[in-house]
Amino acid sequence: MNFELVIGLETHVELNTESKIFCSCGGHSSPKEPNDCVCPACCGMPGMLPVMNKRVVELAATAGLMLNCEINRYTTFDKKNYYYPDLPCAYQITQLNHPICVNGCVKVKTSNGERDIRIKQIHMEEDAGKLVHSSSSSFVDFNRTSVPLIEIVTQPDFRSAEEVVTYLGKLKSMFVSSGISECEEGAMRCDVNISVREEGAEEFGVRTEIKNMSSFEAIERAIKYEAQRHMDAIEFSTEELVQETRRFDDVSGKTFAMRNKETEADYRYFPDPNLMPIVIDDEWLEQIKANKPVALDEKAEEYLAQGISDKEIAMLLSEHKIAKLLDEVVALGCNAKDAAAWILTDCAGILRKAGLKLKDLSIKAESLSYLIKLVESSKLNRGAAKKALIAAIENGADIEKFVEDNGFLKEIDDSFIEAVIEKAIESNPQAVADYKAGKEKALMAIFGACMKELKGSGDPAVIRTKLAEKLNG
Amino acid sequence: MKYYAEIINENGNIAVDDTILVKDYLSSAGSKILDGYKPLFSAEAVERLENKGYSISGKTNVGEFALDLVGEFSYYNDIKDGDTLKGAASELVKQGKVKAALGVDMNGATRRAAALSDVSFLKPTYGTVSRYGVISCAASGEQLGVYANSADDIAEIMSVIAGNDKKDGTSLPEISYTYNTNEDVNGKKVCIVKELFDKADENTKAKITAFADALKAQNVLVEEISIDIFEVANTAWQILMTAETCNNVSRYDGVKYGHRSENYKNIDELYVNSRTEGFNFLTKAVILYGSEMLSKSRYADCYDKALKVRRVVSDVMNTLFEKYDAILTPVCSKCEYTSYDIKDAFTKVFEESVFTAVPNLIGIPALSTNSVQLMSKAFCESTLLSLAKAVERKGE
Ligand SMILES: [Zn+2]
Repeated sequence: MNFELVIGLETHVELNTESKIFCSCGGHSSPKEPNDCVCPACCGMPGMLPVMNKRVVELAATAGLMLNCEINRYTTFDKKNYYYPDLPCAYQITQLNHPICVNGCVKVKTSNGERDIRIKQIHMEEDAGKLVHSSSSSFVDFNRTSVPLIEIVTQPDFRSAEEVVTYLGKLKSMFVSSGISECEEGAMRCDVNISVREEGAEEFGVRTEIKNMSSFEAIERAIKYEAQRHMDAIEFSTEELVQETRRFDDVSGKTFAMRNKETEADYRYFPDPNLMPIVIDDEWLEQIKANKPVALDEKAEEYLAQGISDKEIAMLLSEHKIAKLLDEVVALGCNAKDAAAWILTDCAGILRKAGLKLKDLSIKAESLSYLIKLVESSKLNRGAAKKALIAAIENGADIEKFVEDNGFLKEIDDSFIEAVIEKAIESNPQAVADYKAGKEKALMAIFGACMKELKGSGDPAVIRTKLAEKLNG
Repeated sequence: MKYYAEIINENGNIAVDDTILVKDYLSSAGSKILDGYKPLFSAEAVERLENKGYSISGKTNVGEFALDLVGEFSYYNDIKDGDTLKGAASELVKQGKVKAALGVDMNGATRRAAALSDVSFLKPTYGTVSRYGVISCAASGEQLGVYANSADDIAEIMSVIAGNDKKDGTSLPEISYTYNTNEDVNGKKVCIVKELFDKADENTKAKITAFADALKAQNVLVEEISIDIFEVANTAWQILMTAETCNNVSRYDGVKYGHRSENYKNIDELYVNSRTEGFNFLTKAVILYGSEMLSKSRYADCYDKALKVRRVVSDVMNTLFEKYDAILTPVCSKCEYTSYDIKDAFTKVFEESVFTAVPNLIGIPALSTNSVQLMSKAFCESTLLSLAKAVERKGE
């Protein structure tokens, strides 16, 4: 018998926001201690009300646009009721009836060719906390409660484990590069709906759901195991298939049925009266569209055309924030290739020395373009510009102010440089004599005196040529 | 009876119902399930009053989650068989111990308490006063309001506590609310709803008639109308109110704060025993009823239908308010209640809330004054207060 796999996916992705979805708690992506990032709201204390974080709406809509979804202009939240100690209010705020995005589509290319996977919907919801068990008791950690998530639900369009893994990989690079999600360990979790039918059959087979897996490798193994189990059941009547929820055991590589109690719960959904419906008007949607990052492949081509190297492009695409900085600097009138070098070589080097990562770069595009333009127009030399960058990166100095305070920008017309050179020659008679006697190196001492006087302004090459001309002439 | 669940300042001039949080002071909403709970923050309304120099006298006893008639079923009160029922906050206001008091109007208990103590209570338009710091039950219709002896005192307190609060997503955008008690009432139109009038006893009817006569003396036009919407509106509100309450009190599970049973061996027993011990009979009835309304098998026929009724009632009432400035109704069917068995509470409250449910259901303001009730369209609190003041003046 030839079989066909039918798979649908529900993928939870943690959104990369400063604060949680309904309160202003921050720092939840890297908490230091249990219950470090909590407040009365995300601990379920009475009297607190959820207040919508607008950024979550924007990121969810952006994800929808990237997956070619329609954005629902009217979107609402519902409460899902169930008791569990990691759920402080005993309900989860999620979206049932009016999810933010619907009817999307994403292309997945595997050894079987390129196929369309339809996205049924994307909805916003809050995460739950975590239980920590000791031998005698259990502890609750609310750091993760109300962390914003989106759940992306596909139609049952996958036909192989390979397609599923390819799709997940595509989501991941799309979201990481665009800054929608860090997609770090555990920040992307999947429920897999799977059934098997005879090739060419119209009807779906009995469907089972494997819950809560986060590693791509486990997902692939789980699908393969489960598919085989279904095929054996159909072909050899090894067991009777029932619609149920199962979990995948990483060690044995097998799936196991979960307690029925958990699958038959009535969650008593109802619209949350504390959250007014969100209306995404034309203006807001246009703004979200305008800020939407260009698709990866398009972006890469754009950079290539600007003369940026492949290696640099790879760095930019894996760090949305940096790509955005570069785009802004270029938009301010700097040359793309030069700007990329400033960011990915100079800044990166300074960051590395300071023990920081590229994504920690927090220089404003305006400051960086100011610096690059000064250098391009020879008003400031590279060394001084680098000093300013070091001060900004290591000590958070204001670049414009730093350049000004250090006198890097003295008005330097030719006559001023002329005067500085005269003065350097006058005050270094020994070096002048040495140079004239053929000691080429002596020029450096006089040149150094000029540069000191100019305090970093002026183009060193020009000054050097002028100095040599003067001494030789 | 015990007026205070917790005294804060003997000389304070504003009492606050136990359904409203005051930082660092026991706030239990009259329930054992929140026994010992001290909040980390005060309600926005409390904060605004304190910032203006008012001081809070203490937390007044309320029935558990304000679900009862006037406050008779508080875990912290000691009402005995045969006692006449009075509200704690309304009595303190009546006796002049405080200038005013704050209460949360969710199912009419505050308005009934005012009527039985012969003081006033204003349930303002939904969204005008922040619900931040209210121990919430029925989020879609509960609203924080004010008890006081005069329309002017209510206006004074309202002008302090009303206004947008970013901490409450249902708080209306900033509009400067003014509470004028001196609108010209000459020529205003008020209607008496026959269906509600007929439900009241003779004493209550007499109060309505007296109030209507006093209005007429100020050249207010008063006429009787017939409109058959209050029963269905009440049923809709009881469905929404119980469902939302069931959901909101589900967080009281013995895990995080409040009462935890000493008798449990696993998490299920901790939940069941803590909640069984922590809630009174009435709350349990509300939880069961509300839970049923949200169940898969009932949702479409009950909860969803109640939401539709809410829209219909709103339309009908708005049409009525095109013709009338206010509606005059009883607040409750009697002028005096004596204590009764809690097992009868659910039905008793259900029956009485036919008078009070519409303002909760559709968010319009209602003023309980002179043991009668006035309702108006949204944001017309000044009309209600001016009508009440016109009658006050006549009494002087
Ligand atoms: Zn929080």
